[in-house]
Amino acid sequence: MSGIFTFWRANKKTSASIAKDRLQVLVAHERSANQQPDWMPKMQREILEVIRKYVPIASDDLKMEVRNEGENVSVIEINVDYPIGK
Amino acid sequence: MSKGKVFVVTSGKGGVGKTTTSASVAAGLALAGKKTVVIDFDVGLRNLDLILGCERKVVFDFIQALKKECKLNQAIIHVKQISDNLYMIPASQTRDKDHLSHEGVKEIISQLVEDFDYVICDSPAGIEKGAKMAMYFADEAIVVTNPEISSVRDSDRILGFLDSSTRLAEEEGKRIPQHLLITRYSPDRVESGEMLSIQDIDDILSIPLVGVIPESRVVLDSSNQGKPVVLNSQDPAGQAYEDVIKRLLGDDVPMRFTEIEKKSFLGRLFGGR
Ligand SMILES: Nc1ncnc2c1ncn2[C@@H]1O[C@H](COP(=O)(O)OP(=O)(O)OP(=O)(O)O)[C@@H](O)[C@H]1O
Ligand SMILES: [Mg+2]
Repeated sequence: MSGIFTFWRANKKTSASIAKDRLQVLVAHERSANQQPDWMPKMQREILEVIRKYVPIASDDLKMEVRNEGENVSVIEINVDYPIGK
Repeated sequence: MSKGKVFVVTSGKGGVGKTTTSASVAAGLALAGKKTVVIDFDVGLRNLDLILGCERKVVFDFIQALKKECKLNQAIIHVKQISDNLYMIPASQTRDKDHLSHEGVKEIISQLVEDFDYVICDSPAGIEKGAKMAMYFADEAIVVTNPEISSVRDSDRILGFLDSSTRLAEEEGKRIPQHLLITRYSPDRVESGEMLSIQDIDDILSIPLVGVIPESRVVLDSSNQGKPVVLNSQDPAGQAYEDVIKRLLGDDVPMRFTEIEKKSFLGRLFGGR
């Protein structure tokens, strides 16, 4: 009995750990958003609209980031998660 | 005399314990012999005067001093029923935060640091003008956070502003020292997995911890009486604030009230907690 009990406890995610996971994702996202160029949110929205003309994706399936690659070179990285069969 | 140090007590989210903390930190520093003034930046929603029990002494306020409608001295209240070293400047109750000018706040703070060892700025909630003004001239920041998802998120946003939008950052390119203060902490709820732990919060915000104030019924009682909870040396929240003062003054004291008090027979037998 007690074996089953501890097994159940060990496997159940507590609500605090769910909160922590959500926070980690959110905070990482918001921090990088704060360091992005001003035109990023607008460009991101527009690109999302274009993609959605062809495939139905959720807004967080589109990930965009500007990275500095050494002197005088920045790269805009665009990632779109598009699950097969969607 | 060397110049006083300016602290901002801030959080982003409302109602997490900034005013409670400002009052207790100011009172504690004063009782430790430091000449301290605490300013209520919550223009339009004056409250600090109540928590310090000096609401009946308010004549002039911060905005009036800022607009030179009175002398700065006239807006400073001596809270001597708590300590000879404690002073406060009340917020205006009738006007709004648009009256907070950069130049005005700068002038007042630069005068205060000549006379006081510590200037504590009790920030309003939010990330608008009042909060930005309260943090702008600070030398160090105390970020008050509840072990709760929305409070931690808002604290992270405030940390971003502290890094970019203060005098220290803009003029000297320096990062303002930040202290995390977790308030309303309940070790039993952490243990049962309902509440974010100190470690969880640290993993996310990763700034040095200056204290953990437990959830306590005495805080309400202290407000009712107009005596900051730090004066109650029997209560865990009061004691935890005393420890915060010591840490701010450079003492390295261990954290208390962060684990469940185990009063079991075995626990006592082995002297552990
Ligand atoms: N450690 C604690 N235990 C129990 N209650 C607390 C504790 N700290 C603060 N409180 C309560 O939380 C409420 C909000 O506190 P306080 O006014 O200090 O927050 P605030 O951050 O200044 O709010 P605002 O954003 O409105 O200025 C008050 O009712 C206070 O009594
Ligand atoms: Mg307040």
